[in-house]
Order: sequence, then structure tokens, then C-alpha cells
Amino acid sequence: MPLLEVEEVSKAFRGLRAVAGASFSVEGQSITALIGPNGAGKTTLFNLVAGVYRPDRGDIRLRGRSIAGLPAHRVCAAGVGRTFQLVKPFAGLSVLDNAIVGALNGERTVSGARARAVAVLERLGLSGKAEVAASHLTLADRRRLEVARALATRPSLLLLDEMMAGLRPTEIDELVGVLRNVQREEGVTILLTEHVMRAVMALADQIVVLHHGEVIARGEPAAIVRNPAVLDCYLGEDATAGEPGA
Amino acid sequence: MTSDRPAGAGDRRRLALITVVTVAVALLTLPLVGSSYLVSVATLALYLAYVGQAWNVMMGFAGQLSLGHSLYVGLGAYVAAGIFVHFGVGPWAGLWLAVAICSAVGAFIGLLAFRLRISGVQLSLLTVAFAELARIGFDHLDWFGGPGGLFLRVGDRNHIDLLGFRGPPAMYYYAMLALAAGALGVCALLLRRRPGYYWRAIREDEVAAQALGIDTFRWKMLAVVLSSAMTAIAGVFFAFYNNSLFPEQIFGFGRSIEIILGPVIGGLGTLFGPIVGAVALVLLGDGTTEILAKAGVDLPGARQVVHGLVLLLVTIYLPNGLWPPLARALGFQPRRL
Repeated sequence: MPLLEVEEVSKAFRGLRAVAGASFSVEGQSITALIGPNGAGKTTLFNLVAGVYRPDRGDIRLRGRSIAGLPAHRVCAAGVGRTFQLVKPFAGLSVLDNAIVGALNGERTVSGARARAVAVLERLGLSGKAEVAASHLTLADRRRLEVARALATRPSLLLLDEMMAGLRPTEIDELVGVLRNVQREEGVTILLTEHVMRAVMALADQIVVLHHGEVIARGEPAAIVRNPAVLDCYLGEDATAGEPGA
Repeated sequence: MTSDRPAGAGDRRRLALITVVTVAVALLTLPLVGSSYLVSVATLALYLAYVGQAWNVMMGFAGQLSLGHSLYVGLGAYVAAGIFVHFGVGPWAGLWLAVAICSAVGAFIGLLAFRLRISGVQLSLLTVAFAELARIGFDHLDWFGGPGGLFLRVGDRNHIDLLGFRGPPAMYYYAMLALAAGALGVCALLLRRRPGYYWRAIREDEVAAQALGIDTFRWKMLAVVLSSAMTAIAGVFFAFYNNSLFPEQIFGFGRSIEIILGPVIGGLGTLFGPIVGAVALVLLGDGTTEILAKAGVDLPGARQVVHGLVLLLVTIYLPNGLWPPLARALGFQPRRL
């Protein structure tokens, strides 16, 4: 059974169809990238999985159990952690306390949560900044903190929303390395939306392409970049530019 | 080598210990050595510290702004005083009833606000509305004395009657000291546990808190109910300390502002902010009067002007309150809350 199943999901806002009968699934222990041009419905689909919106039609299942329409905190409790593109750190709290808040989701005591938080910060390379106020972090570190906090909740599925937006190329490469590491070492499954193709190509085992709210292609990265429908709608020259060595 | 440690770490700890011991001894012996004036001023400061701490649970920790906390002081006071005057029920039984009723009212306002997704300025206006409703409502409740006031029989001031909560000013002082210390202890404990982490997360970013598995409705409700219950206790104290209650005097908007000034001046969301702020306000209030009198200034409103100016300067130059810089000066590790 796939870890996540999105089945014929639709969502409209005041008659405007944002997602129209989208279906795909995500296998456990893999990284799936959700891509598509601006306005394709990526963010809406992402928020449907995260429990921000309730789908008009269709179902979303995690390990076979429906999570469609659950409030965000129950989606998290079911095993879905998420980050925000517009980062939402608890600015007045230390980096460690930020992670502890996440870790309390799966831990019964604060001391247990603290141990989990310390381990997660280590994994994300934030150990040296544990006592720093989250408001003092750079954008790249805030993105890492988003991942740390979500990871601390012990999710089986981690949703990463445009992690690379606004980062410098070196920061992107570092974060790609960190995320690969996180996926392997924590045994977590990752679903991400991303505009930066170089990160998508480096990370994804599977790519799902969304256009006008519909899934127009899904498959391995190498196949997707040669898919005529995909090239036509969106990738264009980016497809070749994103290939390693090009 | 020990000499390589950051300079003064041990000194700081010693200074902090000396501060704690000095303050504790001073507080415990104050009624024995101080004048009756000093005892009454100190009781007022402790009272403000206590209600400030209660309000701080809701705003400072959980980030939910109430500008109508006089509602809970007044309700608590009137409930306990009402059953005392009419049925002769003592303050200890009245305390439970006051806490129960104020918790229920707090829960009702919280339910209304949080289910309808009212927050920020709208939430504070809602709390003001309920306090005003009570002020006007109690003017028309004859059972509680209406606008003419509700008066409690004053017992023998020289005899300590703990059951009836009657006795000399020193007894009220120690009761308030115990309440303020208890509130400090409860808040310190809560901040280190799950509620403290969850409240501060909600205060900083509610959407992010939800995404991390926090049922924000439930935790905000807890903050409101705890805050209103704690404030109710202050109301019961007020009734038996003051012995007279008037709707205008107890539910007034100014009383709500008086409650929040301490924590705001002292340091919002900090443990010691409400205490430091309350002491500063009382010193400022009475100090200004004394100094103006000594200086021979006899202009009407001069005290209020000085009072306002000092508060203005504090909010401009110490936006995080008096406590953070004071903590460093006294050798405490300023903790981020």
C-alpha cells in the first residue's frame, strides 16, 4: 500500500477550479516532487493534504486511512509534518524551544521532547544555534528550522513547501544534501513542491506534474523531462538547463 | 581551568542568591517592622502583582488580549460578598463558587470568541463589552446592592479569624503574599511544561502551532479559564479586604487597565514582569504624591501628569519592560520566554 494516496481530489474557490480530479500516490521512503507552472494548483493540493482545506470531492489517505478534511492539528497527529514557504518561526522563542514545541507532538514529557529536539537540530545542522532566538536566523536557517520543527513531530510524511525559494545556489546545494540525509536517516517520506528544478532533479524519485489543477504526467525525473506534454506546458528550456552538467 | 570560565559566572549566581534571600526576608518581615501605611501599600502592590500574573497567563503566555479583566475581579467579589451578606456563607466556600462562576464566564467568552475566530483587537473589544455589561447590569441588581453598593460587616480587626478571613492588616498582607507567591509558582511550573510551550507557540504563530499538532482552541480555552479563575480569587480577597463594593468602582474600564499596566510595564510574558511592574506602579503612584508634596507643587492633576510621563518614557525606552534589564543587573540569567 502506498503511504499517501490522493484520489480524484477536487477543490474550487468561488467557482474557480484550483484542483480538478487530481490523483497520485506516494510510496513510503521516497521523495516525490509536485511541480507545475504558477497557478497550476500545487499550493492548493499541498494545503488539502496538510488539512488547511477540505476537498470538495475525492479522498486523501495516509496508510489507507482517510485524512481528508481533518483539521491541521489532527493531520499532524496522524503523521503528516509540514513546512511553510513563507516561514513561520516562533520568532520570540529560541531555536531549541521551537523544535521542542514540535517534538511534544510525539513525546509525553518535556525532557523527552528536549532530547528529540536536540537530535533533530543536530540532523539539520542547527546545533550551534540552539540558544539563538529564531528571529535572528538567516532565511536559509529559518527554512532548516521549519524542517527541524516538522521533523520533530515524528511524521511519516513530510510536506516541504518551496524550500528553496529565495536561497542562493550554494545554500540550495547544502539544503539538498541535508534533505537527502534526513530522508535516509529518519526513514521519512517526503512530498515537496518546488520551482527550483536543480533541486527537484537532485532530490526526487518521482515527479508529479500539475497543470490547470490536473495531473498531466507522473514518473521518474529522467522520463518527465522528456515528456512532450510536460515540455509543452511548462518546463520548456528549464528542462535542459536543469539537467546536471548542462 | 576554572579561571577560564566566563568572567563573573559565579559572582552572578552569588548576587542572584543574595537578591532572592534579601527580597524573601524583606517580604516576610515587612509587617513586623513597617508602618501600617507601608503594609497597606505593600498589600496593594502584591494584589496588583497577583492579578497582573493572572492576566499575563492569557496575554503574556498565550497571546490573547483581554481588556476586560475587571469583569472577573468584580464577579468574584460580588459572588462571595453576596452569599456572605445574604446567607452568611464564609469566604472559603464563596471562593469556590466565585472561581466556578468566573471560570464558566471565561469559558463562555472564550468559546464565543475562539469558535467565531475572533482574535486580536476584536477579542479585546469583546472582553471590554462583557465587563461593561457587568458594570451596567450590577447597577440594576438590587440583590447585590445596585449602585448604592454592597457592604460587608467588619469584624474585630485585632482578632485573627482565618475561617472568616477577618483580622488585622498584616493578615491580609500575608494572604496576598501567599497568593502572589503561589501564582508565581504555578506560572513557573506551567511555563516549563507542555502548556507553557504550547501557549507561547500559539502566541508567536497560531497557524504554525496547528501544523505542529497543537489543538489551539483547547489550549487557548485553558489559558482563558485559568486566567479568569485566578482573577476570581483576587476578587474574593478584594471583597473581604475592602468591605464595600460598587459596580462603578470594581467593573470600570480603568480597573481593567490597572490590571494590565503592571505586566506591560514590568515585562509582558515574563514571570517576574507582573511583580516588578506592580511594585514600580505603586512606588510611582505614592512616590509622586510624596515628592510633589515635598516640592510644594499643588497643582490639580500634577500627579497624573508625572505618572503618565514616566509610563510613557518606560514604554518608549524599555519596550520589553523593566524586568529584563533589572534581571541582568541583579545577576539573573535573562530567560527568553
